[in-house]
Amino acid sequence: MIEVKNVEKSFGDSKILKGVSTIFETGKTNLIIGQSGSGKTVMLKSLLGIHQPEVGTISFDGRIYSELDPDEKRELRTEIGMVFQGSALFDSMTVAENVAFPLRMFTNDDKAKIEDRVDFVLKRVNLIDAHKKLPSEISGGMQKRVAIARAIVNNPKYLFCDEPNSGLDPNTAILIDNLIKEITEEYNITTVINTHDMNSVMEIGEKILFLKNGLKAWEGNKEEIFRTDNEAVVAFVYSSNLFKKVREAHLKGY
Amino acid sequence: MLKEIFNKQTKWSVMRNLIFKEIDDLIIDSLGIVAFISFFVGGVVSIQTALNLTNPLIPKYLIGFATRQSVILEFAPTFISVIMAGKMGSFITSSIGTMRVTEQIDALEVMGVNSLNYLVFPKIIALLLYPFVIGISMFLGIFGGWLAGVYGGFTSSTDFIAGAQMQFIPFHITYAFIKTIIFAMLLATIPSFHGYYMKGGALEVGKASTISFVWTSVSIILFNYILTQLLLGS
Repeated sequence: MIEVKNVEKSFGDSKILKGVSTIFETGKTNLIIGQSGSGKTVMLKSLLGIHQPEVGTISFDGRIYSELDPDEKRELRTEIGMVFQGSALFDSMTVAENVAFPLRMFTNDDKAKIEDRVDFVLKRVNLIDAHKKLPSEISGGMQKRVAIARAIVNNPKYLFCDEPNSGLDPNTAILIDNLIKEITEEYNITTVINTHDMNSVMEIGEKILFLKNGLKAWEGNKEEIFRTDNEAVVAFVYSSNLFKKVREAHLKGY
Repeated sequence: MLKEIFNKQTKWSVMRNLIFKEIDDLIIDSLGIVAFISFFVGGVVSIQTALNLTNPLIPKYLIGFATRQSVILEFAPTFISVIMAGKMGSFITSSIGTMRVTEQIDALEVMGVNSLNYLVFPKIIALLLYPFVIGISMFLGIFGGWLAGVYGGFTSSTDFIAGAQMQFIPFHITYAFIKTIIFAMLLATIPSFHGYYMKGGALEVGKASTISFVWTSVSIILFNYILTQLLLGS
């Protein structure tokens, strides 16, 4: 569980997060949504420790990040898996080397054990024959799967995903969404996803945090988001005719 | 930045492979261009010296002497380093800068890896072998001078070799290698700084490489002046 209490973050005179509080629950896919400039990325980077909030605390299962010493912070970071928007695979390494990287860095496992684990997670993300390929030789969807494999290879307690569906076709986007949800439940991970994708909201949003102008404007789950009359949420989520109709159909019980 | 490079070391088994990779990328891959430039510039120095010795009273062995002095004192340590600021420096800045732009450095940090140590420390260690490159440059520069001088008909082999051995001061070699070590550290750190702290996209990677080349070259020339004054001027 990740508990965020009254987090504020500014850059110069511009206050991006204005006292956000929420709880991201373990074993659930927690989504952060909001318009561009609403503070989603700053929120995610604050959770990752890349940005330090000026006010408020972020605690990981009771460990308050700002109170940890540098070694404890590095230790905590080894419990975190991250899927970046652009995948952020190391382009000089093969797929297998990318996935093996956290194990080579933070465990004393021998080569055979690392190879077994890499095979296992690559199979888990449905990548069988890509071990020796470079990131530049595989598709965007495959790169995302490799990024997910790398993020989960070290059995993280916390998984963060920044726009995991961006640049993917609808089919691949759904596959990636489902994969993240399955992995979250299977390994009982606290997963936080930063997304613009309303399909993801409807499909895997077990906990949804809606940010507007740096404030928590609404929170709930994918069922509640259909019924909410919060104007900001309705204006954002149901801005397209398709989702308006989906909502109407859902409310009519179809 | 410098403090963080030596903080929280990466696991040795990983670091060892990184160091070998950097030796391959930075040192071994530079040998060809260094050999080519040194050989021909040494030849040109020899020919230019010969062509300027118009007075018949000036002995021909001065061609060997001038070639040796030019190559050992300045050409090999300083001007090869300026050229390497372009070759190695651009490579370092663009490779680290691309990692910054594509969030690979963020990925390292999020995993708990000290990215400065992981990326820069192996380059510093690899560049401790840089004097080896400059040693080859010195040898090939003088050899090129000998070849051009003798086979171009400007001097005899005996005269050239006598000149190359004349009034040899061993400290000049020490001076050249002290400069080389300092330049190696500049070559490892300035381009890394410009790559690591760059902001923006692909266009800015190119700009960062150019700025890094300019600052590395300027630093090499300034340090060359200061070190020459300190080591030979007093």
